[in-house]
Amino acid sequence: MTILNFTAVVAIVSFVAGLLGSLTGLGGGVVLVPLLTILFHVDIRYAIGASLVSVIATSSGAAAAYVKEGFSNIRIGMFLEIATTFGALMGAFLATRIPTSALAAIFGAVLLYSAYLSRKPRPLDQRNLPPDPLATRLRMNGSFPDLEGERSYNVQHVPAGFSLMFGAGALSGLLGIGSGAVKVLAMDQAMRIPFKVSTTTSNFMIGVTAAASAGVYLSRGYVDPGLAMPVMLGVLAGSLLGSRILVKAETKSLRLVFSVVILVLGLQMLYKGLWGKI
Amino acid sequence: MPAAQEHPQTRAPVWDDHRIEVILGNLLRFGVLLSAAVVLAGGCVYLSHHAHEKADYRIFRGEPSEYRTIPGVIQSLGHNPGRGRGLIQLGLLLLIATPIARVAFSIVGFALERDRMYVVFTLIVLAVLLYSLLGSGMGM
Repeated sequence: MTILNFTAVVAIVSFVAGLLGSLTGLGGGVVLVPLLTILFHVDIRYAIGASLVSVIATSSGAAAAYVKEGFSNIRIGMFLEIATTFGALMGAFLATRIPTSALAAIFGAVLLYSAYLSRKPRPLDQRNLPPDPLATRLRMNGSFPDLEGERSYNVQHVPAGFSLMFGAGALSGLLGIGSGAVKVLAMDQAMRIPFKVSTTTSNFMIGVTAAASAGVYLSRGYVDPGLAMPVMLGVLAGSLLGSRILVKAETKSLRLVFSVVILVLGLQMLYKGLWGKI
Repeated sequence: MPAAQEHPQTRAPVWDDHRIEVILGNLLRFGVLLSAAVVLAGGCVYLSHHAHEKADYRIFRGEPSEYRTIPGVIQSLGHNPGRGRGLIQLGLLLLIATPIARVAFSIVGFALERDRMYVVFTLIVLAVLLYSLLGSGMGM
């Protein structure tokens, strides 16, 4: 394939991944690396470098829209970013040490888990939880505008959430993804942050986390300009369009289709990784 | 119904946080659009030179050193054959710098609110980010 054709096809695939990722809320980055490695036979290290860059773009591009809604909590975000950035740095260094087949296998496992999580009903927000002393000291409790007016919340289990976010950062640095799946575990299930707050706060965090491993990737030569260009521009355009068109009725079936895609890609990556075909 | 949800004393800081966030959100959007424009421009130059060559990413070679470091990228902008790639890489550097700038501005925000604890937390995050971008390539 010539560079012109390759660039055009990768840009279109990235655009669709960004659009679907944003419409379904599952994130486009998670399908990019398997698509690039399986369909286009790109070395997984180049794929991870390009995907990581696109993760920064989508996170930062969506931030302005999220901020207007006034749900995100910058204190929770900044505190947890200590964990995610250290994790990301460790993950990125680890990625340069472990064999690519192991990277593919871990990627496959994360995809399978994401597919499972996307089919599970979201746990209901628990209301009126007692204030946790540590969360209170860290000034994490807050409130956000709800249908019935201002709703306040108390953050729980800070140490568990912090440790899980370290893991989320490590996965992000290792695989060049946003790690939305682990974030759900940490912020929604451990820390009991209301869904709207955790989604918008984590969007902020994903860009900072990815920036922490991007420097390592760049200096190790994983970021190829010829590949990162169509991936970054495609995903950014797709996700920006996705955040504009809210097809509420369609999202349910779209989500099902997208999680099947994630499942299939996960099985492929796991197979290729375990049988050393990558 | 517990009516103890009103915290008039926390109103003001919540609003301050929000104002800081709106500024930061716009900063992020500006950074992304700027970097996307630079990447697009670089992409056009790159394609105008290399459109008909063969695309091959099967084998990992690692990028040449001029696309790995900030000084290298800036230097490559002066060379004709590398200009397109160098410009894309410059755009990607701007993109990576965008969330770092967000964190740096948050320090100002927390300092204005006289929240020392979070000024320290933010400084830690900033240090990790700067180490990754500036320091991680040195020890090779």
